[in-house]
Amino acid sequence: MVNFYGTEVASRLLLGTALYPSPAVMAEAVSASGAGIVTVSLRRESAEGRSGQAFWEMIRGLGAQVLPNTAGCHTVREAVTTAQMAREVFGTDWIKLEVIGEDDTLQPDLFGLIEAARILVAEGFKVFPYTTEDLVAAGRLVDAGCEVLMPWGAPIGSGQGLVNPYGLRAMRSHFPDVTLVVDAGIGVPSHAARAMEMGYDAVLLNTAVAKAGDPAAMARAFALAVEAGRVAFEADPMEPRDMAAPSTPVMGKAFLG
Amino acid sequence: MTIILNGEPREIAARALDAALAELGYGGAHVATAVNGDFVPRGARAGVELNDGDRLEVLAPLQGG
Repeated sequence: MVNFYGTEVASRLLLGTALYPSPAVMAEAVSASGAGIVTVSLRRESAEGRSGQAFWEMIRGLGAQVLPNTAGCHTVREAVTTAQMAREVFGTDWIKLEVIGEDDTLQPDLFGLIEAARILVAEGFKVFPYTTEDLVAAGRLVDAGCEVLMPWGAPIGSGQGLVNPYGLRAMRSHFPDVTLVVDAGIGVPSHAARAMEMGYDAVLLNTAVAKAGDPAAMARAFALAVEAGRVAFEADPMEPRDMAAPSTPVMGKAFLG
Repeated sequence: MTIILNGEPREIAARALDAALAELGYGGAHVATAVNGDFVPRGARAGVELNDGDRLEVLAPLQGG
């Protein structure tokens, strides 16, 4: 079980709901992933189309807890207002806080992120900040009241995996009691397994499943990888070494030369 | 008067936000609202008066990552 602000969730895989070929495929993928938390967002609703209403009914039918995001927000004000609107629409004080600072990499604006986190925590939100592996920023977010941190593995949608494993390991070591989630950049299940082997509490991904040829099968593959990585972490992996060390006993070997 | 609804100009007669939403066709919709960048909770809509040129955002759930 992994703890998010006092809520125990069985699955360590959080799944996004965007970019699937169809709503039905999305629902199949969520089911196959076993995810207990799915991310959602808010967008403009037309009075005629009311597409948001149909989507909301479908999400509620999945039985997963929703984590609304502030995707696309570039300023503190936009992100705070979006979070306030999301709280009312989704009926949750959980918010995946994104304040984007750079459009090519979708890198978080850490300064704006910290400021928005302070405001939202003061308003009673439970903030899940999408951040980088920067330890100073992470410390400020924890000081602001964040009990969960979500560093990127690589830029959103890039599928590059964990491009700075040193930084992610350092973050895990520095914040042993904070719930840490690798969010963004994961491309294949081995990336997710690696994050879990490092001791990350969970991973959040979307594109890697949604853009797979068979999203439901890939969702299942990620579920297995996340579980394998977690069990491996709990089993205390061996330390790597530079030189070979025979695994078969040398004692008692026959002399056949 | 003219307001900007989700980025598009619209003519409306209603002044109060809740009445404006009904006039615009959002009656009963599960949406959140903001006027000029400030969140307006559902329970406060009746007490918010719109003015000419106000920017009204009406948002609903959508897929997200």
